[in-house]
Amino acid sequence: MAILSKEEAQALLKKVLAFSKADECTVSLSGSESGNIRYARNAISTSGDISTLSLGVSASFGKKTGSASINEFDDASLEKVVRRAEELAQLAPENPEYMPLLGPLEYKEPIGFVPATAAITPDQRADAVGKSIQVAKDAKLQAAGYLEDTTGFNAIMNSKGFFGYNRDTDVVFTITTRNEEGTGSGYAARGFNDITKLDTLSTTKIAASKANGSIGARSIEPGKYTVILEPVAATYMLSSMFGFDARSADEGRSFLSKPGGGNRLGEKLMDEKVTIYSDPFNPELPASTWNGDGSENKRINWIEKGVVKNLSYSRYWAKQKGVQPVPGPSNIIMEGGTMSVEDMIKSTERGILVSRLWYIRMVDPQTLLLTGLTRDGTFYIENGKIKYPVMNFRFNESPVIMLNNVEALGKPERSVNVESYRSYLIPPMKIRDFTFTSTSEAV
Amino acid sequence: MVQDYGSALNFIPLNRRKFIYLTGMGVGAGLIGSVPVLGSSIPEELLSPPAALKKELADVALNTAKSRGATYADVRIGRYLNQFISTRENRVQGVSNNESYGIGIRVLANGAWGFAASSKVEKDAIAKTAEKAVQIAKVNARLQSAPVILAPQKGVGEVSWKTPIQKNAFEVPLKDKIDLLLSVNGIALQNGANFVNSALSQINEQKYIATTDGSYIEQDVHRLWPTFTVTKLDRATRRVETRNALSAPVGMGFEYLTPDSKEEINGLFTLYKKRYNMQEDIKTATLQLTDKLKAKPVEPGKYDIILDPTVLFLTIHESVGHTTELDRVLGYEANFAGTSFLTLDKWRSGKFKFGSNIVNFVADKIQPGSLGAIGYDDEGVPAKSWNIIKDGILVNYQTIRDQAHMLNLKESQGCCYADHWSSVPFQRMPNVSLQPGKVPLSALDMIKNVEKGLYFLGRNSYSIDQQRYNFQFSGQLCYEIRNGKIAGMVRDASFQATTEEFWNSCTAVCDQNDYRLCGTFSDGKGQPSQSSAVSHGCSTTLFKGVNVISTASKID
Repeated sequence: MAILSKEEAQALLKKVLAFSKADECTVSLSGSESGNIRYARNAISTSGDISTLSLGVSASFGKKTGSASINEFDDASLEKVVRRAEELAQLAPENPEYMPLLGPLEYKEPIGFVPATAAITPDQRADAVGKSIQVAKDAKLQAAGYLEDTTGFNAIMNSKGFFGYNRDTDVVFTITTRNEEGTGSGYAARGFNDITKLDTLSTTKIAASKANGSIGARSIEPGKYTVILEPVAATYMLSSMFGFDARSADEGRSFLSKPGGGNRLGEKLMDEKVTIYSDPFNPELPASTWNGDGSENKRINWIEKGVVKNLSYSRYWAKQKGVQPVPGPSNIIMEGGTMSVEDMIKSTERGILVSRLWYIRMVDPQTLLLTGLTRDGTFYIENGKIKYPVMNFRFNESPVIMLNNVEALGKPERSVNVESYRSYLIPPMKIRDFTFTSTSEAV
Repeated sequence: MVQDYGSALNFIPLNRRKFIYLTGMGVGAGLIGSVPVLGSSIPEELLSPPAALKKELADVALNTAKSRGATYADVRIGRYLNQFISTRENRVQGVSNNESYGIGIRVLANGAWGFAASSKVEKDAIAKTAEKAVQIAKVNARLQSAPVILAPQKGVGEVSWKTPIQKNAFEVPLKDKIDLLLSVNGIALQNGANFVNSALSQINEQKYIATTDGSYIEQDVHRLWPTFTVTKLDRATRRVETRNALSAPVGMGFEYLTPDSKEEINGLFTLYKKRYNMQEDIKTATLQLTDKLKAKPVEPGKYDIILDPTVLFLTIHESVGHTTELDRVLGYEANFAGTSFLTLDKWRSGKFKFGSNIVNFVADKIQPGSLGAIGYDDEGVPAKSWNIIKDGILVNYQTIRDQAHMLNLKESQGCCYADHWSSVPFQRMPNVSLQPGKVPLSALDMIKNVEKGLYFLGRNSYSIDQQRYNFQFSGQLCYEIRNGKIAGMVRDASFQATTEEFWNSCTAVCDQNDYRLCGTFSDGKGQPSQSSAVSHGCSTTLFKGVNVISTASKID
């Protein structure tokens, strides 16, 4: 069994730590039980059940550190991995940035584990996928989708007495439906901690209506448009912005660098409708309540009414700057309003509805300029109505500039970025002057 | 899609769910800090158990699967070793070793695939894992409309293969490797760099594959990737510029890092073939940053563009490599990376003009030093090579045993790969390489024939749509060419084109002397996402009248 209980993890980590001869040592366990079904052309293509458990050791002598990991758990292997980390540490040069380990931490129990998700069977998975395939067949479409559920845990113990344990569950479902001719495509994605919230039937219906609605796309000129980004599109656009790291800002190499030196902490950088925060106790998107460096994850605002409120400081950088350390985001939640996507369309005179974005890569880290394309349903809006589907666009745009051009924010939804496999709570957003630079024939 | 982001600063290995992390569990909590815990010099005890024992274990899996009703099964017993060293300026940020050992079993039962994997490599546990794989196949078979058809493959018996390395990187003392990286950083700092990151990744896959066809294959695969990112700031103009290493990730040992003048190209500056001089490249890079900080903005418009292999390989990867993957063409990747515009009707016509007459692409799993080179694929198919684009015409795709019949092929092309023991094998890209020109031509001669052009070197930003029509790439370095001469560096230049138009605008390819293998460690594909290493060989190439845009932007 790859999922150890808190007591089992604690006992195993104690045993590993007992082998340590280093000045300081951190040992960690990570395990998961994961099942998946992948399907395409209305039939299952691959499917599997994967169980993993691994052990990491980080040993330090003075300011010299080495790390090693292994996934075998007999006593000889446990000692071997500790010795290997120690050997590496002895060989490594001193790291002037080394920070002594933190001691015991009182943290609140995390809320991310749902027993129903952990108890899923291959039959339940096949049933959920069967429903999705049936919707596609009924709509005369080809379904390609993926269902993956994971139960996982992490535990860390160090020689100063810190012990952290977190267990959680996750299910992600993504579905693409396309017509036979390849002229229409639609997508939907859902992620939950609790599998009972997943409805593959209604999710596939959304993808199917986008696919059939996107047939016969017309080409319109690229340029600056008002866009309505659905939550998944907004999520892809914003994902690269969420590091909020003070050091790279102070060093003059991030969008959070202040011209002339320092960082933009306290500056208004975005529209006042923008508030972005982390909260490990959000019931829709729970996160670990402790951090890998031994500190506590709490609710923290990063952007408050457009102002940079907090930046993440590693313990080393905090010491250099004489401030309190701030762990990086435990999750990302963006506040929104009450509007639905439909409400936003009604209030738009002329604009583009973007269902999804794809293959987004950094062009300029200093301004966070990104390029990428629209995908799986792009529609022209006129006088409050969707008029017709349009061909996909390539954009060159910065999320920072975009969040200065906010017209309206809707109701936040949990959405998944399938490239990073991370989930976020992000509202749909209406943005003016979004820059499309060319069109693409891709469907 | 490529997910390694190409630089030491942004080194984000794709296998993030397969390797344990010690630092920061927070979202985006400085991905730089959350490099997975990878490997050290590997003592002999780490070598996998002898082949005879592995055959015995593999037979437990194969026999259990067959007795439970599987008509075919393959099994991978893999030990995966990594060592990763990362540095910045005068200090080592991380030295780590990773080791992972386990078994993955794939079966065909009632016409459907099933897969199960476990880190318990003992006879009882293996039998249970095999049973689970068969159970999954049978459950899923009820949703199957047509059974899987597997192209035949004759068993190859008990064989072995090893990457032809001269010096095992895992046996090089750690101190030597750290000294090399810190000396590289020192050169950058001496030449005025504000920041420098360097890294060395070493990978060893010890993989045993057995199939019910009677193949028992032992393979020892080695890969190496040295890289750096050097940064200079200009406080007065508030500009920040970086330049990444022009090295390549290679299917080689540590010998790649022994400089050899015979493997150098004397172009605009020194470029590297099968040997790399990291110290010389970082000096060049740091000095180039002074020019890069002063580079003038590019004037958008049509240009003749010359692409060095260090940037062209990625254009090939995205616009040719993925485009000709048969599973993408058929729709198996529709829900993730996408499909392809190279539909089967274009191939069947035998006339689809993918590129100009001088455009020839060969797929292979055999080029020495390449990341794709192996002896046998994960379905026991021996490595081979074949034409994909011949004289500009689309003539073939890349495929595996369960899709070969869709091309009326009698056998698989050997493109099946699983990136870990816990991963299900599926179609992955072989090396896809542009064949060098037959007429003698160097890059410097090519420049002489261009009136208004841009010369791009080094991979940088890259993006392409889900059917591989519209792409945008930029370079680490971009030089303006006016009337056959280099006229200084420009900034903010990206070329944007559509695949078919772009390859049809190809008018010259440099000769064999300029041919180089570049590649990536992290080609991401599939769900759950897997990472594969692949090389693309090419020589410097000229494209006529390509659209170049300016990506200059400001946030204050």
